Amino acid sequence: MNVVKVAGKNNKHKVLVYALSTCAWCKMAKKFLKDNDIEYEYVDVDLCSQEDHEKIRNDIEKRGGHASFPTLIIDDKKLITGFRKDLIKEALEL
Amino acid sequence: MISLEKVRQRAESDAKTYGYYLNPDPEFLNDLLEGLRKNEERYGYPSCPCRVATGNLELDRDIICPCDYRDPDVAEFGTCYCALYVRKDVVEGKTSLMPIPERRPLEKQARAYAVTAEKIAEKAAATTAKTEQPRSEVRKKLWYCRQCGYVVYREDPPYVCPICKAKREMFAEIAVRIDLAG
Ligand code: SF4
Repeated sequence: MNVVKVAGKNNKHKVLVYALSTCAWCKMAKKFLKDNDIEYEYVDVDLCSQEDHEKIRNDIEKRGGHASFPTLIIDDKKLITGFRKDLIKEALEL
Repeated sequence: MISLEKVRQRAESDAKTYGYYLNPDPEFLNDLLEGLRKNEERYGYPSCPCRVATGNLELDRDIICPCDYRDPDVAEFGTCYCALYVRKDVVEGKTSLMPIPERRPLEKQARAYAVTAEKIAEKAAATTAKTEQPRSEVRKKLWYCRQCGYVVYREDPPYVCPICKAKREMFAEIAVRIDLAG
C-alpha cells in the first residue's frame, strides 16, 4: 500500500487520510492539513490494488465508518467522514 | 483520449439543461473535471470522481456522472455529492457548500465490494478446486413513468423522471408477457 507522508511542524496527533486521487473534497482536506502545517499521511485508495482497497474498507468499517472519502483517522481512534472542517479542527485542537 | 475542455463543455451543457450551475470555485471545479476525465480514461466512462468505481459498467452505472443521486441531492442539499453541480442559491452565496451524506444505497456499494472480493478469492483459489459461490448480479427491468410514458431499462427507476420530473413513485414496472396461445 502506498502511504504518502507529508511533513508538518504540528505532529501532536497522528493523522491518516484515506482519499481518492480524483476527488476535490479530498484535495481540500489535504490542503487544509498542509496549510495548517499538520504532519499527516494519506493513501489514494483509487490507486491501490483491489486487495489493499478491501483492507482499507475493512479498516474504515471496523472503526464504525463507511467507505466514503475523504475519511480521516486521528490518533488511530477518531474517525471523521468527509471534509468536515469543524470536526477536524476540534480533533486536532486548532 | 477525451480532453478536459470536452468534459467541461459536457458538464456545462448538462447543467444548463437541468437548470443547475457548476461549482463556482474555479480550482475546485477544475479538480472535479480533471477527476472525471481521468476516470473516463481509466474505465471508459466518467464515473463519479468522489466515489470508488469497480471498472465494471453494470456495477458502476448508478455512479456515472451525472449520477442517479444528483437530482435528489441538489433538490435537498443544493449540491451533488461531489459539489460539481449546485443550485442557484449556492452560486449566489446564499447557501454555503458543505459535504453532504452519501445517498448511494449501501447494498450497491456492498455488491461492488462483493464482486471485488470474489475476484480476489478467485485469484487466490485459481490453482485449487473451484468453489461454488452465489454470484452477485444486476437484475435490470423495464420501468415506465406513469405520468409521461418515459421508459427506462435499469435496475431501479430514476429518482426523478428526466422528461417530466415526476417522482420515483410514479414509475411502474412493465410486465412483459409473451402469449403463446395464438
Ligand atoms: S456526485 Fe456529482 S460529480 Fe459525482 S457523479 Fe454525481 S453528479 Fe457527477
